[in-house]
This record gives sequence, structure tokens and C-alpha cells, in this order.
Amino acid sequence: MRRRQRIAYLYLLPGFLVYLAFVLVPLAHTVELSFFEWDGISVGRWVGLDNYRRLLGDSTILSSFAHAGVFLVFTSVVPVMLGLVLAAALSRHRLRGLAVFRTVLFLPQVIAMVVVGVAWRWMYTDDGVVNQLLHAIGLGSVTRAWLGDFTWALPAVGLVGTWVMYGLCMVLFLAGVQKIDTSLYEVARIDGAGPIREFRHVTLPGLRQEIAVALTITTIAALRNFDLVYVTTNGGPGNATNVPAVEIYRLGFREGDVGLACAVAVVLTLLIFAVVFAITRLAREER
Amino acid sequence: MSVRAERLVIYAVLVTFCVAVLLPFVSILTVALQPPGSTVTGLALPDELHFGNFRRAWTVGGFGSLMASSAIVAIVVVPTATALSILAGYAFGTMRFRGSTGLFYLLLIGLVMPFEATVVPLYYDLRALHLTDTYWALILPQIGLSVAFGTFWMRAFFLSSPTSLLEAARLDGASTWTTLWRILLPTARPAVTTLATLFFLWSWNEFLLALVLIQDPDRRTAPAGLGLFVGERTVDVAGLSAGALIITLPVIVVYLFLQRGFIRGMLEGSIKG
Repeated sequence: MRRRQRIAYLYLLPGFLVYLAFVLVPLAHTVELSFFEWDGISVGRWVGLDNYRRLLGDSTILSSFAHAGVFLVFTSVVPVMLGLVLAAALSRHRLRGLAVFRTVLFLPQVIAMVVVGVAWRWMYTDDGVVNQLLHAIGLGSVTRAWLGDFTWALPAVGLVGTWVMYGLCMVLFLAGVQKIDTSLYEVARIDGAGPIREFRHVTLPGLRQEIAVALTITTIAALRNFDLVYVTTNGGPGNATNVPAVEIYRLGFREGDVGLACAVAVVLTLLIFAVVFAITRLAREER
Repeated sequence: MSVRAERLVIYAVLVTFCVAVLLPFVSILTVALQPPGSTVTGLALPDELHFGNFRRAWTVGGFGSLMASSAIVAIVVVPTATALSILAGYAFGTMRFRGSTGLFYLLLIGLVMPFEATVVPLYYDLRALHLTDTYWALILPQIGLSVAFGTFWMRAFFLSSPTSLLEAARLDGASTWTTLWRILLPTARPAVTTLATLFFLWSWNEFLLALVLIQDPDRRTAPAGLGLFVGERTVDVAGLSAGALIITLPVIVVYLFLQRGFIRGMLEGSIKG
């Protein structure tokens, strides 16, 4: 037994060493640096919780977290809702040709967000596809350069988040709904359940795990969002689409305010952990 | 509504959503085929197909060398991270040892944590070690974070493989090493392929680290190059679109080749986890 134990550690060792050195140690270092005032060049100065106090009083940083909340709605809540509606509609049917739909719907998952950002940058320009479509349906009066508009830039980028994630949610839920025992639906129908009760009592419980997975993946993507914002708007116009990850980049590498950048990183990481923990807990309680 | 009408509506909705997925790609493709210097960004058929944009992006835009850097990073990261994940997942899935629960929780951190959380100290620490502007600056952190997910993934696979197989191997006197490579791994092909595909996608598409840790244009990766070009004042719209499509091509090829197993593996794996 003792020998087997030692062998187990040998198998773990190489992977854990790299993980420790390049994930855990830097993470601890982020926390440590968040207690320092440091410009990245000279000697740092211990300032305790000062960076966190500054963070709470900085309207730019606070608004970046508010924008992350907006992204959460667009990237996580809306796609999950869309996926559920589709799953509910599909639960009563067995359709052919789903494989083709699946391949297309899943596509945004494998493309670099930078590429997605470039494609959507063109979509949203003055003569881009979005405005072309609006003209085509007679809404020419609302067209604008969407990403340069203080009011509309945030929802416009948010909608790209929806576009990236709805396919994933649909594919997940369609696969899940096909696994639900059809006899459950028959029983519900014999009991006289309408589509809504059927959805609440059969489809929704049957998809619990898939919903938890979809929420976890989309939430992390929504909160960490850097690539998409950097490429489409770089936080602008003004700070209209600024998000915490862009703030970390700006403070840590442009402004030389390394301590504050790390404080933002710590808060962002804690936020992600808290949300993921809550989702896991909820998914378990429902069981 | 009759069942047939309902079905038609569902198909129509599915088709609409698929068209919406494809629309930005069709748009960027038509933009990439416009004459050089064109400022068209919408859907418009070019007078003739200007494939020269792709050639220009490859040579003048430097996407050839950007792709080479991305390929070097991925070629080291994918096999290494996969091998280390198999080894660690094997230990977690089939062996009992002291501290396994604690180590497992430590691993979960890496499952949730994004590079955004560590990029600042990574830059300053790697710079102090003179590792920025080298491929190692991307390779090592990418392996580190991939191994967290990979270990979790392979653990789930090994936990689900029949214990009778393990028992039989042990009674036959097979070492843990032989059991892993000769008996378990041949059945693990789908799980390992999915994992390696995921690692490839993550490595190939990674942007933040590449943007921060590599300033040397000769070692820059494709997404970082693209991201920097977009931010420049004068943008060669057609050339940039061509570049974006060039760096997407390997991903599309891998996806179309492996997608059946890949999507299924992803779905099963994520639910199991």
C-alpha cells in the first residue's frame, strides 16, 4: 500500500509541478501584489488594503464591473433562455438532421474570439451587415455606427456574446432533452399537463445538469471577457464598454499601476469563484 | 397547431439561428475578397474575387510567420499537456493516496480561474527570468492551466472505466505503468482525442498572454498579431479579413474532421464532470 501511494505521487508530480509554478504561484503573487503600490520598475511599497479602497472609490473600475454584469445577462442568461425555449419546443418531437444544425450552432465555440471580434467589427460599421439588414426591413432611420455609440455600444458587444453562446446552450439542451425518458412526457400528458407544466415538471428537472454546465461555461466567459472587448471597442467609446479584464490590462501594462491592477484581478477572480460556487450549489440542491 | 406545422416552425427557427451563426463569417469572407484598399465592410459581391488579399496578408502582413509561432507553441503544448493530464488523471481515478482530496480541490482552482487573474505577475516574473519574448512564456502557463482541466477530464474517464479490468490486470501482476498504457489507454481514444482537440483550440486561440508576454514580432502568435493590426490607425480592411480567415482555417479543418466525436465527447465529458 505504501509503495502504491508513492507511485501515485510520481504520476501526479510532473503535471502538478507545472500547474504549481505557472498557475498557483502566480495566483498567490497576484494576491500579494494587490497589497503593494508598485509601478513595475522601482521598489514596491506595502500599502495594506489601500488598493482595494481605491478600487471602491474609482468610478471607472466600478463601472467596468457593472458592464461585466450586463455581459453576464447577454452572454449567459439570454443564451440559456433561448436554449431552454428551443429544448421545450423540441421535447415533444423527434427531429431528423439535428447533426447538421449541431455542427453549425457549435461553430462559434471553436473560433478565436479575436477573429469573432474582427468579423463583428465589420458587421457593426456604418455600411456593415447590421445596418444593411435594418435598411432592408425599413428601419433605415435607426442605423448608426453601433460600436461608436455611447448608448448602443455595450448592448451591441453584449449581443456578440449572445451570438457566441446560444449555439452551445442549444446543443447542450437538445442533447439533454433527447435523453429524457419519453414515458415521463406520456405520463404528464395523461395527467392533463399543458406545455408549460410539462416544461416545468419534466423538461426542466431533466435538464438540471446541462443547465448547470451551460451556466458555468457562459458565466466564466462573460466575466473574464477580454479578447472580444479589446478587439471590437477596446473599452470605448469613453468607458462605455470597459470591463474588468481590460481594466487589468490598462492598469497593469499601460498605467504602471500594478497593485491596483492586481486588486481588480483578485476581485474578478473571487467574483467568478463565487458565481460558479453558487451555480454548483443550486444544481445540487435541486436534486 | 398540427404536429407537422409545429415541426416546420421548429425547423424554421433552427435554420434562422444557423443562418445568424454563419452571417458574420460570410460577411468577413466577402470583405476579404474585395479589391485591395477597399473600405467595404458590409455584404457586397466584389466585381471579381481578389484572392491577392490572402497572399498579401500571408507575406506583407506577416501572417505566415505569425502562424508559424502559433504552430510551434501548439505543437509543444498539446502533446505535453495531454500526457501530463493522462498521468495525473490516472492517479486520481484509480489510486488511493493521502491528500488526494486536498490536491483535487487545489486542481479545481485552475478549472475556474482565467489567465486574467495571473497575467500581471506572469509578465513581471517571467521578465525577471528573461523568459518574456520566448515561446516558453506562452508554453509553460498554457500547459499549467490546461493540465488542471485535463486531469479533471481524464480522472472522470478513469473513474468510469470498469474496475474489473484493473483488478484483472493487477492479479496478472501488471505494473501500474503497463496497466495504463496497454489496457486502459486503448479504450481512452475518444476521451483523449477530445481533450487534445480542446487543448489545441485553447492554445491556438489564446490572446491575452500572447499580447502581453510577447513583444518581439518574430515570436508573436497569430491572434496577437491580428489583435494588434485591428488597433492600428489605418486599417487594411480586406487584408485584415483575409488574415483573420487564414488563422481560422486550421481550426475549421480540425473541427470538421473531428466534430462528430468532438461535440459528443464534449457533451458527455461536461455532464460527467
